[in-house]
Amino acid sequence: MRELKILAVVVFFTLLTYIGVEPFAHSQMHEHIEPVDYKYSDLKPLNKKGDPKKGAETFMNAGCVGCHGVKSQGMAAPMDPVSASASFGVMPPDLSNAGAIYDEKFLANLIKNPAHALMVEHKFNDKRPFPMTAFMGLGGDLDQEVADIVAYLKSIAPKKLDDKQVFIDACGRCHNVKYDKWTVIGEKPKLETDKQKAEFNLKLATYEENLKKYLGTTPPDLSIIIRAKSEEHLMNFMGEPQRVLHGTAMPRVGVTKENAEKIISYFEKVGDRKKDERESVTLKIILYFVIFTIFAYLWKASKWRDLH
Amino acid sequence: MAHFSKANSISEWLDQRLAIKTLWKVLAAEYWVPKNINFLWAMGVVLMTMFTILLVSGIFLLMYYKPDVNLAFDSVNYTIMQEVHFGWLWRHMHGVAASVVFLVIYIHMFTGIYYGSYKQGREMIWISGMLLFVTFSAEAFSGYMLPWGQMSYWAAQVITNLFGGIPVIGPDLVIWIRGNFYVADSTLTRFFMLHVLLLPLIIMAIIGLHFYSLRIPHVNNQEGEDIDFDYEAEKYKNGQKRESKVIPFWPVFISKDLFVVGVFMIFYFYLVGFHYEFAMDPINFEPANPMKTPPHIYPEWYFLWSYEVLRGFFFDVGPFSAMDIGLAAFGIANVIFFLLPWLDRSPVVAPAHKRGAFKYWFWILLIDMIILTVYGKLPPTGINAWIGFFASITFLILLLVVLPIITKKEAKSVGGAA
Ligand code: HEC
Ligand code: HEC
Ligand code: HEM
Repeated sequence: MRELKILAVVVFFTLLTYIGVEPFAHSQMHEHIEPVDYKYSDLKPLNKKGDPKKGAETFMNAGCVGCHGVKSQGMAAPMDPVSASASFGVMPPDLSNAGAIYDEKFLANLIKNPAHALMVEHKFNDKRPFPMTAFMGLGGDLDQEVADIVAYLKSIAPKKLDDKQVFIDACGRCHNVKYDKWTVIGEKPKLETDKQKAEFNLKLATYEENLKKYLGTTPPDLSIIIRAKSEEHLMNFMGEPQRVLHGTAMPRVGVTKENAEKIISYFEKVGDRKKDERESVTLKIILYFVIFTIFAYLWKASKWRDLH
Repeated sequence: MAHFSKANSISEWLDQRLAIKTLWKVLAAEYWVPKNINFLWAMGVVLMTMFTILLVSGIFLLMYYKPDVNLAFDSVNYTIMQEVHFGWLWRHMHGVAASVVFLVIYIHMFTGIYYGSYKQGREMIWISGMLLFVTFSAEAFSGYMLPWGQMSYWAAQVITNLFGGIPVIGPDLVIWIRGNFYVADSTLTRFFMLHVLLLPLIIMAIIGLHFYSLRIPHVNNQEGEDIDFDYEAEKYKNGQKRESKVIPFWPVFISKDLFVVGVFMIFYFYLVGFHYEFAMDPINFEPANPMKTPPHIYPEWYFLWSYEVLRGFFFDVGPFSAMDIGLAAFGIANVIFFLLPWLDRSPVVAPAHKRGAFKYWFWILLIDMIILTVYGKLPPTGINAWIGFFASITFLILLLVVLPIITKKEAKSVGGAA
């Protein structure tokens, strides 16, 4: 039938154009990146078995709590975010959940040489040392002590973490998510008076200025990052930022693959919260038009019957 | 004063005062359309449907949108997309319709070219159609700026900059268009005004003109046959529906159009809910940042072919810089289709497959424009730059040189036969 032939031609050229400007053009514009496997195979594995009990002691003596809080163990952060940002450029994250969030091997390497594990050696040197000091050991076997600290952190970490908590601990010190009221200095409280608002904004602005000085750039708000970047891009970027964006100021955060997926699901929840509604409502509209089209066809058939 | 008798129904009452029965006859029930047409003739009604969707969804968006560089992005991406009930639906419908409408416009235009519906009395239909194309382009460009995302900003930056290439007045013109020395709040607010007020008004007026221009020549048909509409209409009214070559707009023509519209709506809503990235570019979900140039700046897909003609001339020739040549070619590309009825020197109105060389010309033009579209998006480096260059040259030669020559020949051959 002629109409169907014409339709085939129209569909063919439409698809050709579509494939050209979308999948094809994008394959040409973005260089191919080997997917990041979250195995951290560039880092040396820990061959020691850690003891959480000894680790508790080592942890206290290692000085971690001089900078970090461990709220679940009743240890508040030594500094509030704004003062911490003045000293370090950024707030050292609370370590209550660290054992569950970070990859074990990564964590051990981080303690021994933070800038290396975080892949930010290109930005720091002896003149400009990385703010988190490397753990030099307490005189015993360094690897054993490190393994003990890691075992301790794992022992105090909760078994289950919700998606947002993972995001807060791993990314929340650098990134705002303003559509979910998250700011780099914490959950945005209810601000009643103009004075409270001004005070809060001043704190936030101070922190952000220090953060920018520290990183050389302001990390983007991630509220709708899920609409701006593909899941694949986000997984690769989180797993190894340097592989995706060479020379970037964002550190390799070192989360496990499972947690990376949790972070993505958090992004989906805040950045695309109407997804379920979108899919179900559109399906209903489509169904409506299927019925509409059937009736339109019957009407057409009745009007055209006596024309030929 | 005219004499009014008591009316027995509302329609009679109205008819006495507004002659609605006559009006309906003139506009629909006795507005004659050839019978020998295919679904491509439904594209006009599809376009009207899309325009209505754009207008209605736009009005809903307007209730929450804030034209201010500090508020625009969040008013769209938070208030409308996340807070307002079904705000996401209106936005997706608006964004996808704005893109798909161009697909339909291109199908509509190429249909006109294929069947020769732009000449022999149909010049004004074609010109008013081209005016719609140009105003729709301006409407799309101004609308794309409103969410104030990365591509909103950078496309505005690049495109407004183009006007700087116009001799003498260029630099001042750029400032005048932007309302500032750089793309700023004043730029956003004036494009907002254009998008929601001035351009829609102009478009509605031109749609009226476009429809009016159809009345005297009537629409063309699949064979390009010259139909005596009065004679055929009489036949139809006398009950010789089978023999008559025409059908009334209402209800016969529209019954088929509604079916086509229905099929199209299924496709359209599939895109709205499940496949919208092509129309709502992910990069525009990053807020505008004048300090961060995106690695690739490209316009929406429907502007790519003319954008590639602009970029195609990438080397200087004698005293002319690449930029100037590109800009001149771009200027030509944007107005050349207005001249189509006169670049085609032949009086023959027939589908392309019955027009010898014209048939090849048509398909080569279509493929060349698709090549331009694809390469308009690719980075213009290495071989890509050369392909873009040759495709641009080909485009200009096809329209300015080849078309007049082959149609002149055609005119001679039919002149000889007659
Ligand atoms: C001198 C202060 C200081 C000390 C001591 C310190 N840290 Fe840190 N730590 C920081 C800062 C600052 C950061 C954030 C760095 C950044 O985001 O660039 C950080 C980050 C971390 C992170 C998150 C890294 C990531 O992948 O995102 C972990 C886990 C951590 N520290 C664990 C420890 C442990 C365990 C110790 C003790 C062995 C310790 N820190 C000692 C300052 C310190
Ligand atoms: C120490 C601060 C820091 C931490 C912690 C951090 N980021 Fe970033 N992030 C940055 C900076 C700085 C940039 C900007 C990078 C650039 O433009 O080079 C960035 C950029 C990004 C981007 C945008 C990438 C792009 O393609 O443009 C994403 C997505 C992102 N970060 C996700 C995350 C996630 C997810 C986490 C937690 C797992 C995280 N970040 C933790 C500093 C950080
Ligand atoms: C977006 C706005 C437009 C609307 C709403 C619109 C609407 C219509 C309608 C309803 C018809 C009659 C039925 C049909 O043949 O489809 C028509 C015919 C036509 N239009 Fe458009 N149109 C638009 C844009 C254009 C453009 C951009 C062009 C090309 C430059 C164009 C060129 C024509 C031609 C040549 C015809 C006559 C077709 C024939 O005689 O066979 N129109 N238009």
